[in-house]
Amino acid sequence: MQFKRLLGYAGKYKKYLILCPLVMIGEVVMEMLLPTITAALIDNVIPECAQSGSISRVLLYGGVMLVMAVLSAGFGMAGARLSALGGLGFSKNLRKAIFDKVQHFSFKNIDKFSTASLITRLTTDVNQMQMMVMMLVRMAVRSPIMCVMAFVMAWRMNASLLPILAVAIPLLAIGIVIIMNLAFPRFQVMMKKYDALNASVQENLIAIRVVKAFVRAVHEKEKFEASADDVTASQRAAEKIVLWNNPLMQILMNGCIIAVLWLGGNQVIGGTMKLGALSSFIQYITQILMSLMMLSFLFVNFVLARASINRICEVLDEQPEIVSPEQAAETVRDGSIVFDHVGFSYSGDESNLVLEDANFTIRSGETIGIIGGTGSAKTTLVSLIPRLYDVTCGRILVGGKDVREYDIHALRDQVAMVLQKNVLFSGSIKENLRWGDADATDEEITAVCQTAAADEFVRTFPGGYDMDLGQGGVNVSGGQKQRLCIARALLKKPKIIIFDDATSAVDTATDARIREGLRTAMPDTTKIIIAQRITSVMDADRIMVLNDGKITDFGTHEELMERSEIYREVYLSQQKGVA
Amino acid sequence: MPAKPKNAKGTLLRLMQLLKPHKVSLIAVAFCILVTTGVSTFGIYLLRSVTSLLESLNAEYVAQGAMPDLSPLIRLLFGMGAMYLASAFCAYMYSRLMMLVSTSVLNKVRKQMFNHMEDLPIRYFDRRTHGEIMSRYTNDTDTLREFFSQTFPQAVSSFLSLCFSLFFMIRLNGWMTLLVIVLVPAMTVATQFIGKRSGASFVAQQRAVGALNGYIEETIEGQRVVQVFCHEDKARQDFEEKNEAVRAAGTRANTFAGMLGPIMNNMSHCFYVMVTLLGAILIVNNTGMNVPTLVAFLPMIRQFTQPISNLAQQFNTIMLALAGAERVFDLLDEPVEEDEGYVTLVNARKDAEGNIVETEERTGLWAWKHPHAADGSVTYTELKGDVVFENVTFGYEPEKTVLHNISLYARPGQKIAFVGSTGAGKTTITNLINRFYDIQEGKIRYDGINIEKIKKDDLRRSLAMVLQDTHLFTGTVRDNIRYGKLDATDADVEKAAKIANADFFIRHLPQGYDTMLTGDGANLSQGQRQLLAIARAAVTDPPVLILDEATSSIDTRTEALIEKGMDALMNGRTVFVIAHRLSTVRNSQAIMVLEHGVIIERGDHESLLAQKGKYYQLYTGMFELS
Repeated sequence: MQFKRLLGYAGKYKKYLILCPLVMIGEVVMEMLLPTITAALIDNVIPECAQSGSISRVLLYGGVMLVMAVLSAGFGMAGARLSALGGLGFSKNLRKAIFDKVQHFSFKNIDKFSTASLITRLTTDVNQMQMMVMMLVRMAVRSPIMCVMAFVMAWRMNASLLPILAVAIPLLAIGIVIIMNLAFPRFQVMMKKYDALNASVQENLIAIRVVKAFVRAVHEKEKFEASADDVTASQRAAEKIVLWNNPLMQILMNGCIIAVLWLGGNQVIGGTMKLGALSSFIQYITQILMSLMMLSFLFVNFVLARASINRICEVLDEQPEIVSPEQAAETVRDGSIVFDHVGFSYSGDESNLVLEDANFTIRSGETIGIIGGTGSAKTTLVSLIPRLYDVTCGRILVGGKDVREYDIHALRDQVAMVLQKNVLFSGSIKENLRWGDADATDEEITAVCQTAAADEFVRTFPGGYDMDLGQGGVNVSGGQKQRLCIARALLKKPKIIIFDDATSAVDTATDARIREGLRTAMPDTTKIIIAQRITSVMDADRIMVLNDGKITDFGTHEELMERSEIYREVYLSQQKGVA
Repeated sequence: MPAKPKNAKGTLLRLMQLLKPHKVSLIAVAFCILVTTGVSTFGIYLLRSVTSLLESLNAEYVAQGAMPDLSPLIRLLFGMGAMYLASAFCAYMYSRLMMLVSTSVLNKVRKQMFNHMEDLPIRYFDRRTHGEIMSRYTNDTDTLREFFSQTFPQAVSSFLSLCFSLFFMIRLNGWMTLLVIVLVPAMTVATQFIGKRSGASFVAQQRAVGALNGYIEETIEGQRVVQVFCHEDKARQDFEEKNEAVRAAGTRANTFAGMLGPIMNNMSHCFYVMVTLLGAILIVNNTGMNVPTLVAFLPMIRQFTQPISNLAQQFNTIMLALAGAERVFDLLDEPVEEDEGYVTLVNARKDAEGNIVETEERTGLWAWKHPHAADGSVTYTELKGDVVFENVTFGYEPEKTVLHNISLYARPGQKIAFVGSTGAGKTTITNLINRFYDIQEGKIRYDGINIEKIKKDDLRRSLAMVLQDTHLFTGTVRDNIRYGKLDATDADVEKAAKIANADFFIRHLPQGYDTMLTGDGANLSQGQRQLLAIARAAVTDPPVLILDEATSSIDTRTEALIEKGMDALMNGRTVFVIAHRLSTVRNSQAIMVLEHGVIIERGDHESLLAQKGKYYQLYTGMFELS
């Protein structure tokens, strides 16, 4: 069972999860015994001492009760401590397991799950599991034991009154099942409406300028009011069902008490049952019903947590698409790249290729430009080089070896990539740059920043290289962010470096300076530049023209101007009228 | 982390104001709570009556040797049954009523928040993250819901049951009651002791969880970068550190929270023992105390201590709810966008002499209706799209000026372009025309009227914008285009789409124009979204058009394709264009080169190139913009 499997992640915290129920047994025993002693105190001891005029027996009983209360409190507190230790330890390990798994994911695995859903699994779902486990260790043993003990005591006291339970328990079960069955789908509807409501607020926050520019506030308000009314209606529909829980329990509980009072009362009158026993019996019956209620509550929670369990297991069961081979090659000889009839499709389906029959060779140290319209598979093509995805057919050689023969880290350390959707992380600029090389000296950092035309603006920042970037690098502009990302990649001193539209927000002149810097700073590194701007690729050794997943041409600027219509068209549209 | 409320009393009063319209329901709720609490306290009393009745009936049975008349017992039990039924009914009624009240209060709060939010100035949104505003709709309203539907009735019930049991205890025995009351501070001390630590450790836990979740979000979102840089091991290490911090803090917090129950519970056992002892001493010393009284008194202790520990726990929830309510009220108290404009936009036609006359029906001709307070007359000015900036100075913050002394004019039908590096103030200029922000010095005139005199809604209606970031709304493609003009026909929508060259790709979507867009148009490419935004502006058919980097995500080939459509769209309108790519601004009548908020060059493409200034350098890639 999946839940049991997840519990396995408790690891060294397992002992707390086992100890906790044991301690809870201690608490429940005390809790069961205390009323019995109280009953004895009231029924026998006090009347006795009223007659004898000595309170010594009361003192004795009182002393025992105090000791028991202290014990019970001790057990209870230990239970709280143990369940916290076990539950939090469990959730910590589970979270770690998921996070570790995600670290092994390939791009394809990440595509499959989407970022938002991975985050939910790591946060909300794990939390849900933690609460579930903490409740489980405290209640799962305690409630049944309480139920059984109370039942045995009630049985020993007066078995003839037990048939009352035979009526009450099925009624309770039926009531709860009906309530849950009716409520569950309604709550699901409610959650959906909530999501829609939140989505509409979010949408308005993002697009507030559009709303205001088009003067649509009234329109948006109407939409929101309808959505808010929807939430309210669905919430009422759902909650009105759950509200029956309380009266159902009250009626059953009090009904049982009255039944006991009547049936037991007759026996008391007839002298076959003692008064004290009658009140104890009432207490037992209450305890039985309460613990059953608790169990049903536990069960409902378990059902609700099932969705979380499934979602977590999905991540843990996911097979990483790309792993290093055994006896992997550790060194990349040089920056040469060979595409040998490479085809690729995100689904792995050979009949529906995104990239078709790519076949070319790039010498080490060459500078290659790639241009093509949106959706022409530029990004796809370069992603295959550091093995972010595996080819569907054909093969790719880097430094003379198939990329699948390298240790993944060894390969990626030599093939740096500046992504289109790039991110910086919270922390100082220096910390972010050191992603490229953890041991880089300050001089090395300054040097790469000069190459990437980043040094000039970093110096103007308060704190310079030590300035904090804030979450997601919010403290720098788009162009500055791109230049920092380039510097970060340069610090790796790779044999191949790929720029995927990495200077789109940088102006033409700076862009040119960066390219010039690269040429002088790393002459032996193979450079691949994807760009929308023709000026970014014009001076490359060779330029590849991609159209709709196919390489339509590959050659120097002059050659392409002569023979490639697409290239010429792009060139003219961008350069028309330049002096 | 929800902090402590700053003004607990004021906020509470304001919350109570929200409940005011539900006075009748609340009175009914109070009555129902009174009944249920009363019954549960009185029930213990009644139980004693039953047992003493049983005792006497038993005595009768022993004396008579035959079953005595059971009708008093039956009557009593029926009475109890009726009472319990009434109590269950009341319990249902009050929770149902409270549910209705709380949902309608929340509904109202949500609508108020949203309606207010829509009227807030852009500045408000600039200064806050979306998450910060969102949490007022989610977390804060959730705590309010819990407050109204649970904590509030429970607190009332706890308080009532405290009063009831105190009343019964006093009636039973004053001395023993005194002992219980003397013991109460012990409970409060324990609650405070634990409450303080648990509160502090919950704050610590919340902080640790916040740090961990922030880390998770950032890392998972940047997962691709993590992998490209082989940073997995380092990420794992950092994660482990934060993960362990959550474990340590969480364990502490949950331990304290879990301890409160057993401690309170067993403390009441101890009270029980002490009261029993005192009772026994009183009985032995013949002070008029007897066994049945003691027996009746004992269950009251639990009835008395339970609400105290409940109230202790409810106190925290109330504080949380108040802190949440405070943030909700904060939003509601935020001053809305001011609008002292009185010039409005009206449909018009020209009469025989060529004078402009206001009409009801849509004529396609619009006019500014300008009432003059001084002599009570009204003048009409035709809407043409003539925009003039006169020595405009502006800063988002008063001390940091972004635009310095900008003067420019755009005659109807002209295309004006702004060129310059990021942060030079291009977007700012367009944000001033539609009065997203108000200028500090100078004047902006629209068809000769100072825009401060024009009603904001009417001013904005006369302008269409295609913004730098395209935003779409949940709904069909058709709905999204129609956003520009709510009464546009399907034919209008399709015509606009054709102008923007969006028709082609829309027809290839699964349901064509009726394809649903969700999550800000996540199922479309950036370029397609921009085409939709252009179509949205096209359907509006305004005299003035503002294009802020409208074609930045469209590749140059596609841009060439839509150029014709764009030209058609721009024809006869005043257009303000901001573009990074100089190819898009070439054919403007005037190009303004901005630098640090100052217009440094102006002219048309040819004259600017001839000047061999910054524009020339920029265009040939010789000059660097930083």
